[in-house]
Amino acid sequence: MNISQSLLARRHRRELSRIPQLSGGVPVSRREALRRSVYGSAGMLLMEPFSVRAAQDPLSPRKLSTGDGPAKSVIQIWLWGGPCHIDTFDPKPGAGREYTGALADTLDTNVDGMQIGQLLPGLAKEADKYSLIRSMTHGTNGHETAAYLVQTGRTSERDVFPGSGAVVSYFKGYDAGYEGLIPPYVVLTEPQGRFSEAGFLGPRYKPFATGGNPASPVFAVEGIVSPGVTEEQQRARRDFKGKLNTLGGALPGHSALKTVVDSEEQAYELILGDAGKLFDLGQEKDEMRDRYGRNTFGQSCLMARRLVEKQVPYITINYKGWDTHKQHFQIMNRKLPELDQGLAALLGDLSENGLLDSTVVWCTGEFGRTPKVATESPWNGGRHHYGKAFSCLLAGGGFKGGQVLGATNSTGEEVAERPVYPADVIGSMYGQLGIPADAPLPHPQGTPTNVVPGESENVPMGGLLKELV
Amino acid sequence: MNRVYIVALVFCLFAVFAVADDSLYESGPMKVPGDGELDAGAAIDKLVWARLDKLDLAPAKLCSDEVFIRRAYLVAIGTLPREEEVRDFLSTTDDVKRTLVVERLLDSPEFADYWSMKWGDLLRIKAEFPIKLWPNAVQSYHHWVHDSIRTNKPYNEFVRELLTGSGSNFRRGEVNFYRAMQDRTPRGCASTVALTLMGERTKLWPERKLDAMAGFFSNVAYKSTSEWKEEIVYFDPTADEDNLHRQAIFPDGNPVELDPSQRDPRMVFADWLIRPENPYFSRTISNRIWSWLMGRGIVDPPDDLGPHNPPAIPELLAHLEREFTESHCDIKHLFRIIMNSQTFQLSSIPAQRSPEAVANFAHYPLRRMEAEVLIDALNQITNTKEDYSSPIPEPFTFVPDDIRAIALGDGSITSSFLELFGRPPRDTGLEEERSRNITAAQRLHLLNSSHVQKKIKACPLVARAAETAGEDSAELIERIYLQVLSRYPTEDERTVVREYADASGMGTRSLALDLVWSLVNQPEFYFIH
Repeated sequence: MNISQSLLARRHRRELSRIPQLSGGVPVSRREALRRSVYGSAGMLLMEPFSVRAAQDPLSPRKLSTGDGPAKSVIQIWLWGGPCHIDTFDPKPGAGREYTGALADTLDTNVDGMQIGQLLPGLAKEADKYSLIRSMTHGTNGHETAAYLVQTGRTSERDVFPGSGAVVSYFKGYDAGYEGLIPPYVVLTEPQGRFSEAGFLGPRYKPFATGGNPASPVFAVEGIVSPGVTEEQQRARRDFKGKLNTLGGALPGHSALKTVVDSEEQAYELILGDAGKLFDLGQEKDEMRDRYGRNTFGQSCLMARRLVEKQVPYITINYKGWDTHKQHFQIMNRKLPELDQGLAALLGDLSENGLLDSTVVWCTGEFGRTPKVATESPWNGGRHHYGKAFSCLLAGGGFKGGQVLGATNSTGEEVAERPVYPADVIGSMYGQLGIPADAPLPHPQGTPTNVVPGESENVPMGGLLKELV
Repeated sequence: MNRVYIVALVFCLFAVFAVADDSLYESGPMKVPGDGELDAGAAIDKLVWARLDKLDLAPAKLCSDEVFIRRAYLVAIGTLPREEEVRDFLSTTDDVKRTLVVERLLDSPEFADYWSMKWGDLLRIKAEFPIKLWPNAVQSYHHWVHDSIRTNKPYNEFVRELLTGSGSNFRRGEVNFYRAMQDRTPRGCASTVALTLMGERTKLWPERKLDAMAGFFSNVAYKSTSEWKEEIVYFDPTADEDNLHRQAIFPDGNPVELDPSQRDPRMVFADWLIRPENPYFSRTISNRIWSWLMGRGIVDPPDDLGPHNPPAIPELLAHLEREFTESHCDIKHLFRIIMNSQTFQLSSIPAQRSPEAVANFAHYPLRRMEAEVLIDALNQITNTKEDYSSPIPEPFTFVPDDIRAIALGDGSITSSFLELFGRPPRDTGLEEERSRNITAAQRLHLLNSSHVQKKIKACPLVARAAETAGEDSAELIERIYLQVLSRYPTEDERTVVREYADASGMGTRSLALDLVWSLVNQPEFYFIH
């Protein structure tokens, strides 16, 4: 099919969708036909046709049969840099100014006996919807290693494991029958980049990073939404380009060029199809946009809710700026209200729409920050990396709300009760999605490997979060 | 439904008329090399020809000059030829002009940049997780590789230095070879050496073979210093205390007595490996270079050698090994003889299609440009830059703002473009880490991203077009073709462009914009062909 013909196919999609096109005379929907062509030659939508290291036959996609769980989607709010636990979800008003700095007050929440930091009034009103894990620990203070630990649950030095988004994409994405046009693993807005999120699963399971800024007048999702180019211009240029494909004319039927045509067909489905509308936040009421906060993080939360409505299995909001060695309190005064408004709106909105029960929301960074304020020069009131103790907010998808799991000591420096390691959180999340702990991962050397680390891996675990289920 | 078919038929007819003039991409037929021809390229052609003849396969025609200059630049130096270079080359009538281009490319500074990038993949030059070399060490490692390539260090010396280096990771670049691996046990080192320098995957070996080879690496030791992240790689004769005098076995099965109190076992291993007659040595590198230039190894993939994976044309591989050895391990000599062969200069338009034609080099394969080459090409055409910065805040790595992606030393310094287009993570050193696949996300990015749209708007020819509005656009169209596709437009293409402009009534700038967009989105642009 050349480009002009594929344009034609689009134009007549209604008719075509009713015509039995593929063998066997079974009527096939346009989308199914597209999906088949995707598997057949061009690779998964937005993905590599097959993973480099987990190679498999692209013609017979493995149908993964994990079970169903209460959760259908995950929203990961990644506080890149490491937020301070005692300024947010684990306040220590009794520890003194040496520790609390200027943020010495706490707020009561709508759950009896549960208190959070003073800059989180919105979240104080939604505490019944989420639980707090106050005893997160892994002991690593380097950004990249800690980020790897928290998102993969693994400590392995030998292999690069996939992050939870890639694992969910593997078990709940195209291989498991996901049919959405939007890729199954989306990052708002920039990829994390410090390590390969797909690990040994390979590039097929990497996230689609939107780019752009959802808080600007037009959310220019990289590649999908091109401000200033009308649909008519897109079509005219596409036609023009087709006529200039001289090499294509000299190599009719070449398999590499067929892959190009198929990939391009999918790309234009996103450019000219409904994807653009999904990313158009202008379709939300002004009050709704205001509720989330008119900033990049707030509007990313709103966008995440829209993606959940389209059953996208895993969405990461990569929220940067938490690495506050200096100017910690000034930055908290600016950022925490933003986090508070966006996250509270997200939890409230998901709940009001009946989506919270099927959507896991988890919010943490790669570690906490030193509870004792670094007052000396050059930090002058900063906080450093602290992997020994930190907090994680966990909501929805069948997890209980209004609970506090684990505790740190009076200064927030030591885990005092029920240590929780990253693998516990991630493994529990997989459980809620219906991915059993012993679901196998395709290890590149063929070593038997499950989604939750087995005992032989010597990954520290405190146990899955039975208390919250 | 009828309407669908009729319209489709019209498009098919159009497609027939639009079929390109093949001479655009092809010149004459391949010449059967005669016995009197002595140059090394002819020797390659003879062997390929004999093989094709035996299989009853016809080779493609030779490629045109337009195809040659573009292919030679992209393959040898990862760089798009500039407009002036293309014009000069096409207008020259010199018989040996292709040979002269090859010589110029082998001497160009980009040659060292581009091949340092390739070696950076194999040698896993990366500051961060999971290799964790650290920026200072990355710089010294990259400089060592870059210098070695720039000075065309004989490959046997290159390998000896890599295998036997001792010293600080910040000062002796080559010692990072033993740091750039996740598994630094003797077995891990042996595995890495086997993959990188012998092209074999030890997971296919019997356990005892790997254990026996590991013996050469059990005296590699590491220690830190008071300098932050500095690490000394050194030879510790007492490292394997229980096993000081021991027998090790070379991968070819020959045993050797090791006595670390007398000699670093790594030197014993290096002496064995870099002997000219050792096939593990010269075969591996000859096949790798062939695969880099030809898009496919004689043994393919080039880092999975062994009895399970025989060469497609054994005589050809033997010939390259001989050339390599006789030239005293001169890497550029192999480049020279391969690029001067007719086999390298075959067109991508196959005489017939079959997997055998592909495996036996009957035509030149289509390969998508590597991520770094593609972004550099876009930047060259549009006179734009990318911002690269190291993710490690301290020490700050100074990245010049006009740096080309092929010259980036550190695999951790990346961009979403490079990731999207398959830059390897440099985790394992396997060639297959680098992806040349085409995906919908890539098409989306080139077709419609603000990143690429902004570049096209900044393109000097587009800016110039705004000033020359109203003038005849023929020269503009020609220059855009030369800059993007390294050739002049055909008459048909000129007509299509003119008709497009006339039909929409667009201005010269819009036309330039749409034409640049259209050409960078052609397979002819992003494929090496």
